[in-house]
Amino acid sequence: MTVFQFSSPAWMVCPVILPLIAGLFCFLFSHRTFAIALAAALANLLVVCLLTGQLLVFGPMRCHMGGWQPPLGITLRTDGPALLMLLMTAVTGLAITLYAKGYFSYRISDPRRAGRHQRQQRYFWPLWMLLLAGLNGLFLSNDVFNVYVTLELIGISAASLAALSGKPASLLASFRYLLVSLLGSLTYLLGIVFLYRSNGVLDLDLLQNLAANGLGIRTALALMSVGLLLKTALFPLHFWLPPAHANALAPVSAILSALVVKGSFYMLFRFWFETFQSTITLPALNFMGFLGAVAVLWGAVQAIRQHRLKLMVAYSTVSQLGYLFIAFPLAGVDGGIPVWSIVIFMALAHACAKSAMFMAAGTVFLHLGHDRIKDLSGVRASLPITVFAYGIAGVSLMGLPPSGGFVGKWLLLTASLGSSQWWWALVVITGSLLASIYVFRVMSRLFVIPEGFPLKKSEPHFRLLEWPAMVLALISLFLGLAASWPLYILAHGTTTLAKVFAGGLP
Amino acid sequence: MNWGQWLLVSILLSSFIPGIIIFGLPEKKHRLRTVLNICGSIAKIALVLTMDIGVYFGHIFEIRLSIVPGVELLLNGDPLSALFATLSSVLWLLTTVYAVGYLEGSPNRSHFFGYFSLCVTVTIGIALAGNLVTFLLFYEMLTLTTYPLVIHRGTEKSLRAGRNYLIYAIGGGAVFLFGVVSLQTIVGPVDFTASGFSSSFVDTHATILILIFILLIIGVGVKAALVPLHGWLPQAMVAPAPVSALLHAVAVVKAGAFGIIRIVLDVYGAQNLLFLGVLPLLGGVAAITILYGSVRALQQDDLKRRLAFSTISQVSYIALGMSLVDQPLAVIGGLVHLVHQGLMKITLFFCAGNLAETLGIHRISEMDGVARRMPFTMAAFTVGALGMIGIPPTVGFVSKWYLGLGGLAAGNWWVVAVLAVSSLLNACYFLPILTRAWFGKQQELWPDEQYTGRFETRLMLLIPPLITAFIVIAAGVVANAQISPLAWVRFIVRGYTL
Repeated sequence: MTVFQFSSPAWMVCPVILPLIAGLFCFLFSHRTFAIALAAALANLLVVCLLTGQLLVFGPMRCHMGGWQPPLGITLRTDGPALLMLLMTAVTGLAITLYAKGYFSYRISDPRRAGRHQRQQRYFWPLWMLLLAGLNGLFLSNDVFNVYVTLELIGISAASLAALSGKPASLLASFRYLLVSLLGSLTYLLGIVFLYRSNGVLDLDLLQNLAANGLGIRTALALMSVGLLLKTALFPLHFWLPPAHANALAPVSAILSALVVKGSFYMLFRFWFETFQSTITLPALNFMGFLGAVAVLWGAVQAIRQHRLKLMVAYSTVSQLGYLFIAFPLAGVDGGIPVWSIVIFMALAHACAKSAMFMAAGTVFLHLGHDRIKDLSGVRASLPITVFAYGIAGVSLMGLPPSGGFVGKWLLLTASLGSSQWWWALVVITGSLLASIYVFRVMSRLFVIPEGFPLKKSEPHFRLLEWPAMVLALISLFLGLAASWPLYILAHGTTTLAKVFAGGLP
Repeated sequence: MNWGQWLLVSILLSSFIPGIIIFGLPEKKHRLRTVLNICGSIAKIALVLTMDIGVYFGHIFEIRLSIVPGVELLLNGDPLSALFATLSSVLWLLTTVYAVGYLEGSPNRSHFFGYFSLCVTVTIGIALAGNLVTFLLFYEMLTLTTYPLVIHRGTEKSLRAGRNYLIYAIGGGAVFLFGVVSLQTIVGPVDFTASGFSSSFVDTHATILILIFILLIIGVGVKAALVPLHGWLPQAMVAPAPVSALLHAVAVVKAGAFGIIRIVLDVYGAQNLLFLGVLPLLGGVAAITILYGSVRALQQDDLKRRLAFSTISQVSYIALGMSLVDQPLAVIGGLVHLVHQGLMKITLFFCAGNLAETLGIHRISEMDGVARRMPFTMAAFTVGALGMIGIPPTVGFVSKWYLGLGGLAAGNWWVVAVLAVSSLLNACYFLPILTRAWFGKQQELWPDEQYTGRFETRLMLLIPPLITAFIVIAAGVVANAQISPLAWVRFIVRGYTL
């Protein structure tokens, strides 16, 4: 069997199929859900590591499903950015799976609400597996219509997950989330129609070769971008994100903030930096940068104004996503490192830090029963590791060394100052300052144990709640020191991107 | 890796590993924690001294780790880093002993000592940093590791002080980051070298390089408490006494001053700075800070606040010395004051902590006759205070002497005038304390007498200030000997072409 050889491209199917099967099994065997999901998450991580090995040895790969070549068949593909996103999803996903187990166990141990939590858990696992399949599929797809299918899968399972907590606020927020998500998908679909009409192909490689400056392509790209931006929640299309992320259950918040927004962002990145790169104009890039800059500042200011921890973390996501867009106008800068790899690196750092932070916030919420920032004092007495994890994740969000966030911001600053576009540098630095205000506003409460504070005993379930957050936070911290590894993977598998940028931008 | 690289790494690890273990220790394990702390600090001193010997005999200590192109971590043992590392590690041992005694029986000690160790690790990192990026890395981490110490008491007042500290420190850090990135885009990655970056950039980018110099000095000036960036320091006095000692003598303020030294000597280089003509600006700010700090110190009744303003004033001697960078004597005076100020100020803070902890004395007006109750503490205090005024044979005299000589050699009479006025002001705010303590009559009972034992206070509180006071005199007496801070500083200055 050649299929199971190391060099076989067929491995690519696994990250999509495994979680799909696991999701199905979770529906069928509702008393073994955690074991199934954990097995799938572990297997997923293994396969992704194997794919990374493949990439490093053989370079980017294509897998034509069923042997059909495009434009007829469906193609999956691995390259540097795709694999880093897969790795990010696999690692964060594993941590979230463990955390979710701790979360539901803790809640079920409360006898008054046991029934409701058991019900929540029953739906959580299959939906989470579906979502994972969707995300992996998105990162691997090499076909705009496939992307649409995965986007729908992600959107619907994410909105259902957001509704799980069942409180009126979260129902409302998730309903709005669902509508926005559908609107985004429809706009995207409309873009595909234009694309198909003018070119007759949907495969990304073919599109890249065809891409001309016609009106059809421009309209298609504009529509698809708006759809994706809506899902990515770039200012001013972010309105739906904070309530949806903040009112969801803690593991769901982590999934939504760390992974789901990255999915649509990743496609945007593909289109703008690769497939339709020749269509993009400088004003368009500057406009994206401008929106990103406003998002950084607006999101941070809103985060500072929040009174609830989870809302604050959610607004911080709005702000941090802005950084990814500030990199757009710097795309043509000739520096040590191509700007597109900075974007992917920052997305990676943010995913680890933000999921750690949402997990920490969720644990605090579980422990106290509320997340009002002004009443957080003393949490460190019973949740020392969670508080530490919050602090370390905060370091990455603030962009202080040696975190991944710092390296990302350093590279952005170098790119913007190196090309004399100092205004982006000012935004980046102001954003970090604002971030330090909202991070420390909470940290100063968490760190202090008031005199005579009753020390609660640590509970056994806490270990599964505390350590996944801590590990992710540490990854985000040391990502800065190990930045050369992800950048190496990126540099390894991006022949098309490297080719595109050899000539520089218009 | 060769042994020199292992040495650099183990110097950092000798406080980092104890710190991490201490975080995990239960609150009750008092003895294990103390043993870990003391062993770590003794090991660190031994390692640092080994490095000093190696540096003296010209061994190159260097370890590089490339992160991304343009960002390289570089640890480097040169004479200047050896000076700061030795100072920090010796004072860390004393401060640890003192802190163990000071915090006996108080809550949250694992947390405290964990951050305490991390803080020293980071300070040594600043000392060993071999380029601007590494310096920036540790400089920002210093803010993060000292913040929990500043708010350790957890009162509203300490939270407010912590918030102010953060605003200043993180703001300064951001300005510094902006400066570092701008500098790198012009002159490329900046390693610390004796001559600074190539002088060819000075001709082409003069204006922008001046602006960047100002940004960088603002960045480090926040921690060095240059006026008008000093606001956080007097407020941070609400922290426990060992933390104040750490902030003022071992870590934070020193890191800022050390940053000024690095930027002037090793990043820009004397020749470039003279060409750019920005040094009078630095000198002016330093002079204003010296005088302003002294005048404000005069007005304080709270002992620790008076000491804080005195720090603001004294640390700027270092900046003053750097502003006369073409005068080797002035540079020697500035560099050696890095060590001398640390020794004197830590003595004073230990003593102030003893008064507060033993008798509950916080104000100078409560100090009448206290020397009869605590003669050893006040003797140490007296030595520190006389050193600050600059009376021979203390080390304070040595610093001022060299600074003055440097000023004269440069023909800058204002330097001598500033030194004279500042010494006069120092005398005005320290001598009344001494007369009250030694010759005053005790008016009423001590505010809050805690300790009545065989000695005037706990031994762990008493011994550290006595040791530092002894060094303050000894290092002054033997200043010209082969082994003294001054001799080492001369050795440093020989490495530069000034």
